[in-house]
Amino acid sequence: MTKIDTSSPENVLPTPSHTVGPFYGYALPFPGGGDIAPLNHPDTITIQGYVLDGEGKPLPDAFVELWGPGPDGRISTTDGSMRRDPAGGGFLGRNGVEFTGFGRVQTDANGHWYAHTLRPGARGHSAPYISACVFARGLLMHLFTRIYLPGDDAALAADPLLARLAPQRRDTLIAADEGNGTYRFDIRLQGEGETVFLEFT
Amino acid sequence: MTLTQHDIDAEIAAEHAAYEKRVADGAPVEHHPRRDYAPYRSSVLRHPKQPPVSIDVTKDPELVELSSPAFGERDITEIDNDLTRQHTGEPIGERITVSGRLLDRDGRPVRGQLIEIWQANSAGRYAHQREQHDAPLDPNFTGVGRTLTDDDGFYRFTTIQPGPYPWRNHVNAWRPAHIHFSVFGTAFTQRLVTQMYFPNDPLFPYDPILQSVTDDAARQRLIATYDHSLSVPEFSLGYHWDIVLDGPNATWIEEGR
Repeated sequence: MTKIDTSSPENVLPTPSHTVGPFYGYALPFPGGGDIAPLNHPDTITIQGYVLDGEGKPLPDAFVELWGPGPDGRISTTDGSMRRDPAGGGFLGRNGVEFTGFGRVQTDANGHWYAHTLRPGARGHSAPYISACVFARGLLMHLFTRIYLPGDDAALAADPLLARLAPQRRDTLIAADEGNGTYRFDIRLQGEGETVFLEFT
Repeated sequence: MTLTQHDIDAEIAAEHAAYEKRVADGAPVEHHPRRDYAPYRSSVLRHPKQPPVSIDVTKDPELVELSSPAFGERDITEIDNDLTRQHTGEPIGERITVSGRLLDRDGRPVRGQLIEIWQANSAGRYAHQREQHDAPLDPNFTGVGRTLTDDDGFYRFTTIQPGPYPWRNHVNAWRPAHIHFSVFGTAFTQRLVTQMYFPNDPLFPYDPILQSVTDDAARQRLIATYDHSLSVPEFSLGYHWDIVLDGPNATWIEEGR
């Protein structure tokens, strides 16, 4: 049943999603997962926030993957986010020089996550944003959202996705400026202030 | 109130019947679980109530989500796909080889992408500190692997047959044996985390996580096939499991879908 017959496209049907469950923590997170920005890069920003459930309680067993372009809007094709040590078998971590654009950040016991990354540049018709994908115990299929940064009101107003959203919902996708290049972006899975989640067709 | 397997069975049956009725009434086949699936109790407060906002990727080929992170040789070591060789001694249990292809919705191989796996040991115990099941840990088995797909989209892992294990969704809840898979495609839209099961597991009908995939044919696609040609003489039993990534990628734009 699970040898896919690729001779005709109607037989090629997707593998269903499942929850990550509670025990991914020793497998998927890697050291420096949220330290995406090369060391001392002048365009470094910090994004931090909580992942919250339908009662507003923070999730200690979620992780967020971030995927964004560099400040020039270019997508990185550089590997090395989770460099491994061929001698000892552990993680070497990033080299602190190259920008891979990819991060994976686990929430801590308080449900808090953070990442240091580069301010994204604009691409196509969109205002600059970082794509975020949320995984958690209890979540049967990951959730996509976007992190837009405040500041350039004209660019945000012209963004094709933001333009389609009611103001209150739109605001869930725009991080709050906390000064010193730090932004706050909470992800509310359910209920009041529920984050806008996306599907791609 | 104590929640029994009988209660969960009734909820699973009701969800399944509701799905069958939706399809009979003309609704599309659902390849993925609904995030709102009460028999899996942890989902209750963790699913959005608002429908997702749909983005038509054909309108803008520059969307960030149409590209994917890159992984390469330095992100894996040579033995990362052999979970039986990561410690000084041999792990306990039945050695298995799990192999298959990573494909997109057009049946084309996804090359050079990252597959990560994690699993319980042969006694059904995860090497995770928050694990409460008191089955023995195996000092020679961590249960974590990773690999890159080859030029034909193939991946291959050598590991130990994982054991089933109890959990606390309801009284006497047991998960069928499974291996967790995390997979990247050529577009971030194709990201997939899922679980692979083994043929003929008697726990299938009782498990609200597997049953959250309410479509019967879709559920079958999570179950590996025993493949004697993958069994290694005097070493391991072989299982074949192809993975098909959902979600649009750049070729959808080329074809104008």
